[in-house]
Amino acid sequence: MRTPARWRNIGRMSLDVEHDSVRTLPSEKPIRLLDNAGHAVRGAAAGGFELPELDTLLELYRRMVVARRFDVQVTALTKQGRLATYPSAYGQEACEIGAISAIEAQDWFFPTYRDSIALLTRGIDPGDILQSFRGDWHNGYDQHAHRCASQTTPLATQALHAVGLAHAARLRQDPIVAMTYLGDGATSEGDAHEAFNFAAVWQTPTVFLVQNNQFAISVPVSRQTHAVTLADKAIGYGMPGFHVDGNDVAAMYAVTRAAVGRARSGGGPTLIEGLTYRIESHTNSDDPTRYRSARDVEHWKRRDPIERLEKYLVSEGALTESLRAEMTDAAEAVAAHTRDVMTTEAELDPLELFDHVYARPRATLLEQRARLEAELAEAATHAGAAAPHAGAAR
Amino acid sequence: MTATTTEHETPAASAPTQLTMAGALNAALRDAMAADDRVVVYGEDVGPLGGVFRVTDGLQARFGEDRIWDSPLAESGIVGTAIGMAMYGMRPVVEMQFDAFSYPAFEQMVSHVAKMRNRTKGRMTLPMVVRIPCAGAIGGVEHHSDSSEAYWTATPGLTVVMPSNPADAYSMLREAIDSDDPVVFMEPKSRYWSKAPLTLPVTTAPMDRAVVEREGTDVTLLGYGPTVRTALEAADAAEAEGLSIEVVDLRSLSPFDDETVGASVRKTSRAAVIHEAAQFGGYGAEVAARVTERNFHHLAAPVLRVTGFDIPYPSPKLEEHYLPTADRVLAALDTWEWDD
Repeated sequence: MRTPARWRNIGRMSLDVEHDSVRTLPSEKPIRLLDNAGHAVRGAAAGGFELPELDTLLELYRRMVVARRFDVQVTALTKQGRLATYPSAYGQEACEIGAISAIEAQDWFFPTYRDSIALLTRGIDPGDILQSFRGDWHNGYDQHAHRCASQTTPLATQALHAVGLAHAARLRQDPIVAMTYLGDGATSEGDAHEAFNFAAVWQTPTVFLVQNNQFAISVPVSRQTHAVTLADKAIGYGMPGFHVDGNDVAAMYAVTRAAVGRARSGGGPTLIEGLTYRIESHTNSDDPTRYRSARDVEHWKRRDPIERLEKYLVSEGALTESLRAEMTDAAEAVAAHTRDVMTTEAELDPLELFDHVYARPRATLLEQRARLEAELAEAATHAGAAAPHAGAAR
Repeated sequence: MTATTTEHETPAASAPTQLTMAGALNAALRDAMAADDRVVVYGEDVGPLGGVFRVTDGLQARFGEDRIWDSPLAESGIVGTAIGMAMYGMRPVVEMQFDAFSYPAFEQMVSHVAKMRNRTKGRMTLPMVVRIPCAGAIGGVEHHSDSSEAYWTATPGLTVVMPSNPADAYSMLREAIDSDDPVVFMEPKSRYWSKAPLTLPVTTAPMDRAVVEREGTDVTLLGYGPTVRTALEAADAAEAEGLSIEVVDLRSLSPFDDETVGASVRKTSRAAVIHEAAQFGGYGAEVAARVTERNFHHLAAPVLRVTGFDIPYPSPKLEEHYLPTADRVLAALDTWEWDD
């Protein structure tokens, strides 16, 4: 598709980085703005990106603290049987929160099942996020209100939706960016390839964040790709690719923010790989001891994204005790609210099963609905009739 | 964004002209695009070429590349991006080029197109149309003559329709584009060049209704797409032998019009369903089961299926042996026991 005339004169936002070329491979060493000891990184390792302002870093820290507390709470509730399943993002907070914080209210987000904490950061109520994992309904929040698509389980399929929505927005001349998250395993799916290609050919305002947490359930990334980094894939599509330290929220925020700006100003899509690690199991039904060593997990626990930023903020004198207490209170409030909503059983109406399949009512569904309604009425009658006699019969 | 209407507006009515089904579909796309700027069209070769069947002929020249364009060659990408466009309020109409080339899009169709509305409790609708040229009898090499309707009709959440003539092609495509439900719009390739005198815009029966194409009293033949003509040929031939056949064009495969079909079957007490697709697990199995369940006491004989064989679609020089013909339909009717 030829670039529509109205787009031709829009300049590309400069990323002001050495390798801002779609024909240059990303650095093998991930871009990093804070090292593991919490020291600011400058020069080539920073890839030309600037450390965000302290206020921004404090806010990112607050969001990660709240997200971590929520994630731990939900994992606990899942172990108590309150949820059918929960894919934790423990350890991936820098990717999850850094990237989602880089988009604006008018932008759209296309998450996977692992991205509940990004949805929380986007302002969605825990009860609405977790409706699906509790098993109440397949999706529980209002996509339009939050500009967040439903969490997608079939891998990489949502990336195409993000590209389509971004293209529609572009045709409408709305300055909207669509961001989507994928996992390392998802990059092997055909839809990831098609999404990267469509986005690049159409030059849609799309930002792809591949969270390389190094395992697709049990399969290591070395069995997904022979590429040196997943960000290398970008070059084949003619879009910029960035390989970023996914446990450095400063870098994740700075790089995604630049990509979002570039997309919004007509510069097209960007592929970002955040190199991180899934500390928890895939879901509660997984047994990670079968495929990775405790030593490996310990190694990555020592690279905790929250502790890293905390060290920097403390050294800068920005994270005061009162501020820390405020953040802990906020996190505890979210955890308490999550416990409240998840320990209250939702009233489910089985008849609603028929109500949303089609916009245009169907005779067959109305018949089946009536049948279920009769079954429920009969069951209720039995329950009502049986109760008084239950004791007498013995 | 302009509001859409259910009435088919645009060009002033004129004297009837001979239009092919491909021409009627082209006119429907043109009029829908003119009436509603949310309607966009894309797929493989739909731009300057006008589609391999010329259904989009001239549309890019008229509407420009922001309304109709050639996409990369990837069907999952086409359907997947159409979902995103529909989420943003557009009304994408995408083309799959050939029936068997729709299979890469299967996951997007089944996991998202069909389920999005239900998943989101109606908060996210997908007003999109996936056009699929379907079925055979065009001398096509392998993968160009499949009948995939049962894959789609077996999927709750999809609306599946198939016109058999130019007037329905126009009217049903306009209605599909206006629909808030996603529609799989199947176009029988062998009927693309069939002609009928038409005055546009034309509005035929609603797209979820079957239509009695020819009245009769002894047998009901249920056809759709390419087999409506087969059924009409069989009815003509049977008339000479004193057998009065009623032909019903199903038009809508999902939902199924039990009312129209039931009324016909109760009148004739005998029914056969005809399709090109293989028999086992095919669409005809659902039709036979439904018609029997709902009309058993009105039936004088089991509902028959006259279909393709349970084999992969044959090569061009052998397809005539595979396709259900009027003779094969009449032979099947002879297998019933007749009282008189």
